[in-house]
Amino acid sequence: MNPVVSTKRLAWPVLAVVVVIAAIAPLFVTDFFLNVILTKALWLGIAASSLIFLAAYGGMVSLAQVGIYGIAGMAYANLVLADGGAAIAINPWVALVLALFIATVVGLGFGWIAARSEGIYFLMITLSFSVLVFYFFSQVTGLSGFGGINSVDLPAILGSPEQDPLPRYFVTLVVAVLVFLWLGALSRTAFGLSLQGVRDEPARMRALGFNVTLHRTLAFGVAAFVAGIAGVLSVFYNTRITPGSINLAQTIDILIIAVIGGLYRLEGAWVGALTYALIDNYSREWVPEVGNILGPARFNTLIGVLFLVIVLASPGGILGIGDQLRARFRGPRREAQAGPAPGPPATSAIE
Amino acid sequence: MSPTRIAWTALVAIVGIFLAIKAGQDLRLFTTVTLNGLTLAALYFVVASGFTLIFGLMRVVNMAHGSLYLLAGYLALEIQTRFFKEETGLGLSLSGSSDAEYGLLGWVVPLIVATLLIGLIGVVLQQVFLRWNQGQDLRQALITIALSVIIADQMLAAFGGISKDIATPSAWPTSITLPGDVRFGFFRGVVVLGSALLIGLVLWLIIKKTRFGKIVRAGVDDRDMVSALGINVNLVFMGAVFMGAMLAGFGGVLGGTMISLAPGQDTAFLLNSLIVVIIGGMGSLGGAAIGALALGLVDAYADVYLSFGGVDLTNYSIIVTFALLVGVLAVRPLGLFGRPA
Repeated sequence: MNPVVSTKRLAWPVLAVVVVIAAIAPLFVTDFFLNVILTKALWLGIAASSLIFLAAYGGMVSLAQVGIYGIAGMAYANLVLADGGAAIAINPWVALVLALFIATVVGLGFGWIAARSEGIYFLMITLSFSVLVFYFFSQVTGLSGFGGINSVDLPAILGSPEQDPLPRYFVTLVVAVLVFLWLGALSRTAFGLSLQGVRDEPARMRALGFNVTLHRTLAFGVAAFVAGIAGVLSVFYNTRITPGSINLAQTIDILIIAVIGGLYRLEGAWVGALTYALIDNYSREWVPEVGNILGPARFNTLIGVLFLVIVLASPGGILGIGDQLRARFRGPRREAQAGPAPGPPATSAIE
Repeated sequence: MSPTRIAWTALVAIVGIFLAIKAGQDLRLFTTVTLNGLTLAALYFVVASGFTLIFGLMRVVNMAHGSLYLLAGYLALEIQTRFFKEETGLGLSLSGSSDAEYGLLGWVVPLIVATLLIGLIGVVLQQVFLRWNQGQDLRQALITIALSVIIADQMLAAFGGISKDIATPSAWPTSITLPGDVRFGFFRGVVVLGSALLIGLVLWLIIKKTRFGKIVRAGVDDRDMVSALGINVNLVFMGAVFMGAMLAGFGGVLGGTMISLAPGQDTAFLLNSLIVVIIGGMGSLGGAAIGALALGLVDAYADVYLSFGGVDLTNYSIIVTFALLVGVLAVRPLGLFGRPA
């Protein structure tokens, strides 16, 4: 049983309000905020949502998502006109499709290997995949350039983001909304429901005639496709990609975003990403300098402590805190109905 | 025989023949490369055996294992430069190793102190962060990931980003000459290999011959039953974590002397430990030895022999490591010696 996964229907009014606010946000914020906070949070959220999709509906916490988005980003950057890498210089749209295709195929391959293991083994195997992808691109400078791949060609629809960040923001926003709706809809299809069955009771599902490994592999492929989208969007955002941007630290950052948002709700991905982007940018201004231990240069310590506190206090992330409070106010009757709400959703998905 | 098994046998045979041909062409190079692989394997074994020990008993995947490894190296270096440095030159060299002399104690004392300190740190981390949520394996993995992020950042702040290494005692020779006129590093070939063999033996004796080992083996099979029999499981867990962390620490000092200490080594050794235990099977000491041997040898051979005629593929050596991992998992999803939890 996995009580924390939301089985409610999509809250359309809430989604509409959020999208409208996001759409008119450019009128009220600076270009800097639009770029560094909002656009970044949107594509980071897409990457985190692929992780959350697997964790929430498949019971698989995958750390391979950054590896896969690195493959998509590297594939795109190599295929279009760019400074460094293979620089094949084909049309950005064709490159986009090819990059997503490559990421999905590699993801299905990873998934086929990893899907036969469960729980903590799955975490370790996917972590190895991600780190191996990083080492691969660090070693093979023919594909990653010596200082990364720079000034990557972008599709014409984005215009020139340095002068006008609006088109890129709206493209990222539309893609993020589509990803959210698609993953949400997918979880309610026959495939999504049997995937949740596989998550909760693999042995019974197998006895009922479902192919457990196939379901897990396909879910991994779906998540790889979404991670690939995030990878290409990250190249759009940075107009460059380096092996250093897909290393273990980035893998952990995406995990942190997913955990901050709550591993068991899709919308948590963007909540976590927004929180992360805000802390990333503004912590330098208010974090006190404590010797060498804490200060503006010690961002990783800060985010690590935040991550630790959230994992220790509320496994459901920021959204989970609300659930816990609600469960407490509604009294023990509701709580019994909702299952062990403050308990460990993490392990119940595993064991 | 199943098709996969036939494919595996064929692949192993092809690799064996390929290596035999290479050995025939240049035996000296082959010996050096093999020794390199064996010493790497020795280091991987020391670090990964700690990882697998903790996992086998407690089902804790200690993602901070690489951090403990690197922290031990830095601590040993700090002790060495602070208390054992005997200036002989002008003391202007940046590396500090070229003009400073170190006695035997200048290496052994930092080794022992750093190893014990890391053991204690491991126990403290376990008691503070992992004791009360025993059984929630994913949450524990996330906690150790958070700890590794914090430790890595603090090490960067305290020790900087420049690659450093621990000096060996000045009395030790730099290299030894083996039969066939092969010269090989004394530290790598004798100290690292020797201590890995010794550690393997001691661990085997502890696990097989002592009461503690008996409890650990019983705990791996059925934790609840062991605690029901009136054994203080928390004490046993503390002992296992102490040993596991000490192994990471010991490995860190060896690695800091043999390779280097730099940010990123923690990641590298976490990955190595993961691959070793995934190949060998979680919680199995023999599996860790086999996994370390496979990983070390594959690393060493792929770095040198992956060029065919004019085509140099040594850049792609990481793919071979990956193929090893995938190949083992495709046949045995729980690793070579793994058993279902």
